[in-house]
Amino acid sequence: MKTEELEKQAIDPGPDKIIGPGYDYATVTDKISGVVLQPIQKTPRQWWITLLLAFMGLQGLLAGGFWLLYKGVGVWGIIVPVAWGFAIVNFVWWIGIGHAGTLISAILLLLRQDWRTSINRFSEAMTLFAVAQAGMFPILHMGRPWLGYWLVPYPNSMWLWPQPRSPLVWDVFAVTTYLTVSLVFWFIGLIPDLASMRDRAKQEWQKVTFGLLAMGWRGSAKHWSRYQMAYLLLGGLATPLVVSVHTVVSFDFAISLLPGWHTTIFPPYFVAGAIYSGFAMVVTLAIPTRKWWHLEDLITMRHLDCMAKLMLGTGLIVAYGYMMEAFMSWYSGNPHEMFMYMNRATGPYAFFFWMLILCNILIPQSLWSRRVRQNIPRLFIVSLVVNVGMWLERFIIVITSLHRDFLPSSWGMYYPTQWDWAVLIGTLGFFMVLMTLFVRTLPSISIFEVREVLHHLAPHIADDDMSPSPAHGD
Amino acid sequence: MTETFWDRHGLHGVMARFETPEQLIRAANETYRAGYRKMDAYSPMPIEGLAEAIGFKRHFVSLVVLVGGLAGCVGGFTLLWWIAAIAYPHNVGGRPFVSWPMFIPITFECTILLAALSSALGMLAMNKLPMPYHPVFNVASFSQRASIDRFFLCIEADDPKFDLAQTRAFLEGLDPEEVAEVEK
Repeated sequence: MKTEELEKQAIDPGPDKIIGPGYDYATVTDKISGVVLQPIQKTPRQWWITLLLAFMGLQGLLAGGFWLLYKGVGVWGIIVPVAWGFAIVNFVWWIGIGHAGTLISAILLLLRQDWRTSINRFSEAMTLFAVAQAGMFPILHMGRPWLGYWLVPYPNSMWLWPQPRSPLVWDVFAVTTYLTVSLVFWFIGLIPDLASMRDRAKQEWQKVTFGLLAMGWRGSAKHWSRYQMAYLLLGGLATPLVVSVHTVVSFDFAISLLPGWHTTIFPPYFVAGAIYSGFAMVVTLAIPTRKWWHLEDLITMRHLDCMAKLMLGTGLIVAYGYMMEAFMSWYSGNPHEMFMYMNRATGPYAFFFWMLILCNILIPQSLWSRRVRQNIPRLFIVSLVVNVGMWLERFIIVITSLHRDFLPSSWGMYYPTQWDWAVLIGTLGFFMVLMTLFVRTLPSISIFEVREVLHHLAPHIADDDMSPSPAHGD
Repeated sequence: MTETFWDRHGLHGVMARFETPEQLIRAANETYRAGYRKMDAYSPMPIEGLAEAIGFKRHFVSLVVLVGGLAGCVGGFTLLWWIAAIAYPHNVGGRPFVSWPMFIPITFECTILLAALSSALGMLAMNKLPMPYHPVFNVASFSQRASIDRFFLCIEADDPKFDLAQTRAFLEGLDPEEVAEVEK
């Protein structure tokens, strides 16, 4: 089979190219669809190991979730004054991870960045799965998750309505819209590839499944014309959406009056942090995926280099945010603000604060060097460090502001319990289960967009007949 | 539309297969110039200028999205206004019931949601998808390669200028890899 030959020669073309040599429309289809259509015996062993580990992690969510529903939120470490704990830390972290997917697929689409093509599908899936994890936390945190539908405005016999002035209600709209639009964007992008999968599938059940999902897509020029406009508009709509989502998440904090939360810098600083952590997660996932499935000539060093640069850029915005937080707490002249910042840097959670500075600001500066950006193990480690750093950032924001606010008599300490950890690890497992299954069951690189790139890279035949003929004026 | 001879006799059209997108665009231009109007071109990826070449000028995707977005915007704001001012008026420290700046985030999200849904669903509806059966798939090489690496042009039988022998000869003159009749 052709794919086997290609697997052997999956050579990274280096930091200048977005696609390896020797591809045409058919071979690129075989290569990407081959990941999905290859027989089960050929699945790489690492994939099985990842799936197994992720599945084991998922049990944490089942056990933790069950125990939480049985006993109530008291099994978590949350306690007055820290009533928000891990649930909100994880919620903000997971939502943030989702942002890189939309950034890659929507904003880079509008900016006509060719290199987005090989990684957009993959990162959109990451967005969906990350937002799904995020969405679970506020619901589990409600104490009575079976009443979660009360968040939605619907006519009810209690004559009660959600409070439209509350940022927590804004959150419900922002997150559900984000999930819906991401899902639609992802699926619309998949349709032409599902048609390719339908036509390449050998087994009957695969043909039927992909055929149903492709909905009879036949690649008509009229269809493509409407499709491209719809896709572009979805990109244009997703761009302000992605900015709005983390803005609204930051409003959960910024609209309150708590020192350390009540600041105007939160929206842009949260959005930059979200994209930062998201890119770190894309890099973390892309590095093993491209290796195990021999996709080095489609997800090339150039993609990793570009993502590393974006990590560096957004990381610097985040660093600016940290500096402004420190400056404003001093410049405000407000003793509570000043105390909050001193408490972060020297209080009981100071270790985590300095770890956060190390992980999010100091270590990522190594990305200035090409020897880190273009060295797979080093880049992988930096991406893991940033993931941890961004989680710590949310931990510091949520916990340090809550545990010591205005009245020393109501100060307290927050310690997560084993059930907090079980649920966090459980969502990591759930996320990885979804990612591993996605890579194996759907084309994880957009085939038709890679074909477009190939078409643009191919030398064009000089021909006057390429433009529409004058007869079209009628 | 009046029923033509070919409607009664089970032919969707005649289809030519090309190797490159450039050949397809050239063929589409030639076909249009020859006076054919009812045709469609098929490609495994979008090709710039192809829709124009077969004489497809306007689509209404952006209009549908605009209408959807406006509906979301007006609907979202109206919902919040109705909740806050009529269904469940709640006095928060004497502030006005219609404190509209606080309604902006949800209004915005509703605008995006409805615009995005109308973009996706509108595109599918105007493309008449899902379509479980279409005659072009009866051509063997189409169902194997149209979504992979080959480019097809189909002149449809309900074109007034369509004549099986002539149209077939015309398409064969465009240097295709193959010309096939598309059965219904």
